[in-house]
Amino acid sequence: MAGSTLEIKDLHVEIEGLEILKGVNLTIKGGEFHAVMGPNGTGKSTLASAVMGHPKYEVTKGSILLDGEDVLEMEVDERAQAGLFLAMQYPSEISGVTTSDFLRSSINSLREEGDEIPLMQFIKKMDETMDYLEIDKNMAQRYLNEGFSGGEKKRNEILQLMMLEPAMAILDEIDSGLDIDALKVVSKGINKMRNEEFGCLIITHYQRLLDYITPDHVHVMMQGRVVKSGGPELAERLEAEGYDWIKEELGIEDETIGQNA
Amino acid sequence: MTVETQLPYDKDYLMQYSERRKEPQWFRDVRLNAIETAENLAMPKLEKTRLKNWNFTNFKHDVSGEAVQKFEELPEKIRVLLGEKSTSENLIIVRNNDVAHASLSPELQDKGVVFKDIFTAMNENEDLVKKYFMQDGVSVDEHKLTARHAALLNSGVFLYVPKNVKVEEPIQIVFWQEDPEAALFNHVLLVADQHSEVTYLENYVSENKNEEAVANIVSEVFALDGANVSYGAVDNFEKGTTTYVNRRGVAQRDATIEWALGQMNDGNTISDNVTYLMGDNSYSYAKAVSVGRGDQKQDFTAKIVHYGKESEGYILQHGVMKDNATSIFNGIGKIEHGATKANAEQESRVLMLDQGSRGDANPILLIDEDDVTAGHAASVGRVDPIQLYYLMSRGISQQEAERLVIHGFLSPVVREIPIETVQAQLREVIEGKVY
Repeated sequence: MAGSTLEIKDLHVEIEGLEILKGVNLTIKGGEFHAVMGPNGTGKSTLASAVMGHPKYEVTKGSILLDGEDVLEMEVDERAQAGLFLAMQYPSEISGVTTSDFLRSSINSLREEGDEIPLMQFIKKMDETMDYLEIDKNMAQRYLNEGFSGGEKKRNEILQLMMLEPAMAILDEIDSGLDIDALKVVSKGINKMRNEEFGCLIITHYQRLLDYITPDHVHVMMQGRVVKSGGPELAERLEAEGYDWIKEELGIEDETIGQNA
Repeated sequence: MTVETQLPYDKDYLMQYSERRKEPQWFRDVRLNAIETAENLAMPKLEKTRLKNWNFTNFKHDVSGEAVQKFEELPEKIRVLLGEKSTSENLIIVRNNDVAHASLSPELQDKGVVFKDIFTAMNENEDLVKKYFMQDGVSVDEHKLTARHAALLNSGVFLYVPKNVKVEEPIQIVFWQEDPEAALFNHVLLVADQHSEVTYLENYVSENKNEEAVANIVSEVFALDGANVSYGAVDNFEKGTTTYVNRRGVAQRDATIEWALGQMNDGNTISDNVTYLMGDNSYSYAKAVSVGRGDQKQDFTAKIVHYGKESEGYILQHGVMKDNATSIFNGIGKIEHGATKANAEQESRVLMLDQGSRGDANPILLIDEDDVTAGHAASVGRVDPIQLYYLMSRGISQQEAERLVIHGFLSPVVREIPIETVQAQLREVIEGKVY
């Protein structure tokens, strides 16, 4: 398989002194779609934030490598330039900065200096992508995420994903707060990204997103670790039976963080 | 150095200076009285800014400047301000203390518009200058700096728009402090006669990153009944200049004064912007943006005083503080007894970018009348690290992310500014200060 490889090894992460991740191991290759599932409060979003370099999360042990390069040594913008992307669960509102200006700055920051995207080409690509995601055109001139509905914010994250075309994307609960129509559109966008090079880690605690996006690998997180991995059939069983059978199998009483097994 | 240091300029010096400038006797008297008054007055009282160690005394007072023949002679930063075309027909450029270029369109001259340096005006338009100069606007004896202003005045402009004349094109002036130690004691006197309309735009530029200098500026704007004045300014003094700038408006019945101020100095600054809404149904909107950086300390006051019935005053100021810059933003709405149905609204917002930067917003409403409306909003906050994280997660560098956040923070004011040239200038100057 071509594309990039993201390797997460024995990752331990703290927030304000509390250990959330307690040794996560995960490898994602280009062309693969992985889903990380699990009940609330088991460390899924922490994993996403730690990979991108959220300022509140501190990695205390372990490593994250992208094509062998040490991601933890990189600043947040360098991680993006290396090919990482995180569709955030709660995107920030940036007053006074239009979505269009922001996207153009982003695209140009990912390109070589002197190789900025021509304006017309940018506009065309943005128009097409917005059409594809059934986004109202005036969003381009609205301030980034300011006053956006929950659904608009999620679509905007996927718009960015499709415009920036990263090598490796993490989608953090991209399905939360979406109605069924919006969920279909967002899934359509994500599926369009699928190719031999693109790697994707989808974090969700609802099975329903996986009705539209079929993952190659499914992982279940509990207590800050990946406790079970499998193929798409694992997601199906989770949908049918919930998480209790895993807890039983592993002897876990409370799956959330802070409840050490 | 302390603020109590004596000025090295005495009455004899001022007599000679005044003679050389060929000033009328009445103005010479203003100077001589003012220098005496200045001795006994205190510095302006600022609630939260200490003026200790600010330079108010170290400067060269009398510095001349050569005429500018061609646009290309101007330094880059001024050419940018004027726009590369610079076809403005109504433009004065003051270089150090002398007029280096002056033009006023023949049509405006025919209509009786006066736009000339203040020394010429005090002879040629003596009645008007004498009537308005530091009488009903700013008084000589408000404090030590206003008195020093009158005593040491070495530059200025007089703009008069006759009754019913509507000036379509902006009237523009650039004060260029080419000599890095030259002081600017500058007076702007703008009189818009009844039912006239004018847009005035000024720029202050200096070139003293290291040398010390002083700017002491008083602007007085008189909008007579039904007149409409739009006043734009972009202050851009370098780090070495300590600035006191006092822009004051007086609006009569049905008159409007709109301010659009870009407070972009790099040195310590006191900026006072006060409007007296004297007449019934008068109106003022004061908009200001500021960017502070380095170690500079600044004190901004936007104040509107309501005397007239149904007068309306709006204040909107946004400031960004970087590095170790400190700024106080005072917003004052004052409604005097008898100003029924007046409306005083204000909004001040400050964004601090770095650990060392400080900002303070003081919204004040002083109301001496029952039948009025008033409101204020103020906020002071640090830049949200999560915002920067979000922007950077798309590949944008921290510096670029901060730039976007700053432009975004200031844009609600910048885009509300009615004069397009000021908007464009501000974007340029903000851009220059962000990096």
